[in-house]
Parts: sequence; structure tokens; C-alpha cells
Amino acid sequence: MNLSNAGYRNSKSILFQSVIVFFAFLITIPLIIVLLYIIEKGVLQVNWHFLTNVPKPVGEKGGGIVNALVGSAIMVGVASVMALPIGILAGIYLSENSKSKLAYYSGLCVDILQGVPSIVIGIVIYYWVVLTIGYSGLAGSVALGIMMLPIVIRSTEQTLRLLPPSLKEAALSLGVPYHRVILKVIVPCGFAGILSGIMLSIARIIGETAPLLFTALGNSFLSTNLLKPMESLPHVIYYYATSPYDDWHDLAWGASFILLMFVLLLNIITKVITRKWKIQL
Amino acid sequence: MENTIVKAENYNAWFGDNHVVKDVNISINRNEVIAVMGPSGCGKTTFLRGINRMHELIPGATAKGKILLDSQNVLDMNVIYVRAKIGMVFQRPNPFPNLSIYENVVAGYLLNGIKVSKADKDVIVEKSLTSSALWNEVKDSLHKKGTFLSGGQQQRLCIARAIAMEPELILFDEPTSALDPISTSSVEALFHELKTKYTLIIVTHNMQQAARVSDRTAFFYMGELVEFDDTKQMFTAPADQRTQNYITGRFS
Repeated sequence: MNLSNAGYRNSKSILFQSVIVFFAFLITIPLIIVLLYIIEKGVLQVNWHFLTNVPKPVGEKGGGIVNALVGSAIMVGVASVMALPIGILAGIYLSENSKSKLAYYSGLCVDILQGVPSIVIGIVIYYWVVLTIGYSGLAGSVALGIMMLPIVIRSTEQTLRLLPPSLKEAALSLGVPYHRVILKVIVPCGFAGILSGIMLSIARIIGETAPLLFTALGNSFLSTNLLKPMESLPHVIYYYATSPYDDWHDLAWGASFILLMFVLLLNIITKVITRKWKIQL
Repeated sequence: MENTIVKAENYNAWFGDNHVVKDVNISINRNEVIAVMGPSGCGKTTFLRGINRMHELIPGATAKGKILLDSQNVLDMNVIYVRAKIGMVFQRPNPFPNLSIYENVVAGYLLNGIKVSKADKDVIVEKSLTSSALWNEVKDSLHKKGTFLSGGQQQRLCIARAIAMEPELILFDEPTSALDPISTSSVEALFHELKTKYTLIIVTHNMQQAARVSDRTAFFYMGELVEFDDTKQMFTAPADQRTQNYITGRFS
């Protein structure tokens, strides 16, 4: 082999490596810029008053976003109650019966559902729910729940599929019935993965605005009634940021900061869970 | 007849159209160690997994004939009952990674939701771990996860888990093929101890192991039970030419 151009080839390798390192570094920049900007604009708005009061009318000083905090919490909570059992059970089915026709088609549907634009889900819920019971937190929860489903299903499925089949055989060979094998062995062993899927799905839907626009509508007052319009964090940002008043813009920045911190926190918790609770196989 | 614990009568097993176990007739006595050997794909593992009906877990797998356990056909019995009565140890140690050593031993009770008092559990754990020659090594770390043990220890933990259910019969599917030589000898030494209380059927790929540990040996070839005889007889003067060829290493 002719090694006369080894130096040239070596420098090509170094160049290539520098390029990929550069781009790996580059992708962190947008996040850092967004973070810094929102922290700069938003952090000063956040104080106890901001977290415990409803927005004030134009011209009045102060006001907060407690209605949005409570509304988002309620809607995400109700969405989780509806979506998690369905999502986890469906995920179990898909991981257990990956070769069946039903698994193929329902897996396909999950993928398509994941790709459906959130505004489309909003409009469907508008026709199904809002036209029967009116603009309400419940309608918003249903829309968010549907958005959670694909993430929960796929993460459950993928987590459980990674478990070795020998684990199931060990339990079955002890005479443990199938449902107990799933509930007592398979699900606990995949618990960290399932939980992180749940966290990520919450992080995903908490910032969804489109499906809430014409379902939960928004509400300038604190409301905990699921059957009445409800405010949410992303909607409060949208609503106040597009208004022409400066104090309202500040409110929107403050809400953005809270939302961002929340999503960040969820992602960090997810990382910690997967690292700490991961079961050594 | 009293002494027979398992008896297969014209047992056949398939994977889809693939006929992997053909008309096997065999009768196994209590407190015997039986080695089942044969080349890869000869049906020995399928036959073993047929005894506690693990075979049928594989999609498309079917079985016909009789396997009599205490003169009851396991193919007609409730599968959960069959598997609880027959212990099984697998090729790779598979302790439950979410359970401690202690919980792993009593896993058969825990997972089945059988209520056992703490005192009884303590007794079962100590007895089973003592029988599997693991007690002295783990008695101070019973509440650590079982997956922190070495491979050989994990395999003995799996044996303890099988023993804890008080089976009459324990099936071993190539139990030492994933273990190092030292762990292998510790597991083999166990077979001699276990024989006094249980009947053992050991599928092995390793002829020396079959010769070392078993009282009688069954030789499977192409899905048929070719020969079943005293281990000594089998390895010194086999009746069938195919057995002769196998043990002299003409094929493997």
C-alpha cells in the first residue's frame, strides 16, 4: 500500500472530525439563545403576586397567571387520567403481540395519530365535544389526551420490547398466570421507561396551544369547573403576547418563563429517572 | 409403576409444519438424574419444554400424545398448575431484576399472590438457598438485588427459586452453557445433592456433563428418542449405531 499521501488523508480525517464537533456544538446554540432571552424577559415578572393572581384589566398594574397555572394543571391532569391507562395497556398489547395483524394496524394508526397536526385534533374535538357541551376544560383535556396517546403507547411498547423474553419465561415457568406476569414482572421491570414516556408526553402537551384555542377557549378568571372555559399557559401567552399593551406583554413573558422552566424540569426529571431507576438486567 | 414420575407416551411436537419431536416414549423414575443429549436441533429442548408445557408458548407450536405426570396427562391439566408443580431452570440465569435475592427465592409465591407469613417465608428462603448451596454466600445480602450476583450464583438462585415451590421434578435446559467452568462445577455438584429429594431432567449439549452427573441418559437424534439407558452402559456400549457415532464425535 502506498502511504505517501498518509499525511493528507490524516488531515482529511481531522477536518471531518472538526466539522462534526462544530455542528454538535452549533445545535446547542438555538436552545441557549431562547433560554437566555426568555429568562431575561420573563424572570423579573415572576414573583408570588404573579403566581397567585388573575390578570388585571389594561392600565392596572400587576396581575398574574394563576388562572392559567390552575387551568393547565387541571387539563393536563384530566388528560393523563384519560390517556395513560389506554396508552399503557395498548403499549403492552403492541409489545406482546408484535406479529399480529391487529398490532400492525393499530401501530400504524398510532404513527399516523402522532403525525396529525394538533390544530386538526382541536377541530375534531370542537365538532365532537364543544358542539355538545360547549367550550370547556373537559374538551381541552380530551384534545390533549389524544395528543398524549401516541407518545405513551410507543414509549411503553419500546420499553417493554427491550426486556428479554427469558424474564417472561422465568415467571411463566413458576406457574404465574399471564396477567400477573405482565403486571408483576414485565411492567415493574419496564417502569422507569414507561414513567419517562409519561413525563415526555406531559412535557409535549403542556405547551400545546392549537388544540386548546377552540376547545378550552381561555378564561380571564380563575375557574376550576371542567364544564366551563378554562385558561392554560400556552393560551395565556398567545393571548397576551398578541395584545397591543406592554404590561400584557410582560405577563406573556412571565408565563413563557414558567412554561419553559416546567418543560425543562420535566425533561431533567425524565433523565434522572431513566438513569437512577433503570433496572440492571 | 409407583416409582415412575414422568412418562411420555407417543409424544409429538411441532413448530408449525416442522415435526421436531417424533413419537417419544420414555419413563422416568423418581429421584433419578436424567441427562438428555443430542446434536443441535434434535428436539431435546423441545421435549423438555413439552413436559411443563412451555413449548406451547411459542406461536405456532403444537403437541400431541401424552405426558403423564403422576399418571395424569399434563396436556389435559391446567397449565398454571402443571408449571407450578414442575420446576424449571433455563439456559441463561434469569433472576427477576426488580426483586431482591430474598424475593427472588419466594417469587413463585409472591407473583402468584399466594399469602405466606413472614416467618414461613424466612424458612423457605433459608431452606431453598441452603439446598442450592448459595445460603452461605448470600445470607448477609438477602435484600440486595439478585442481579448483582455472579453468573453461577444467579443460576443457583434460579435453582433455589424452583426448589422453593417444592416441585417433584425440576427441568434444566442446558443450565451451565452460559457459565464459566468454576460456576459449572458448582452447579454440577448441586445435582448430586438435589437428587435425594427431586427428580432432575437435564438437557445438555455437553457429553462429559451427561456422563458426570446423570444416572440414565436419553439420546435424541432428528426428533427421535434413539436410545435411553444407564449412563455407563450408554457411554461404554451403546446399542444403536447413531449413539455410537455421536459419543465418538463423528457428528455433533
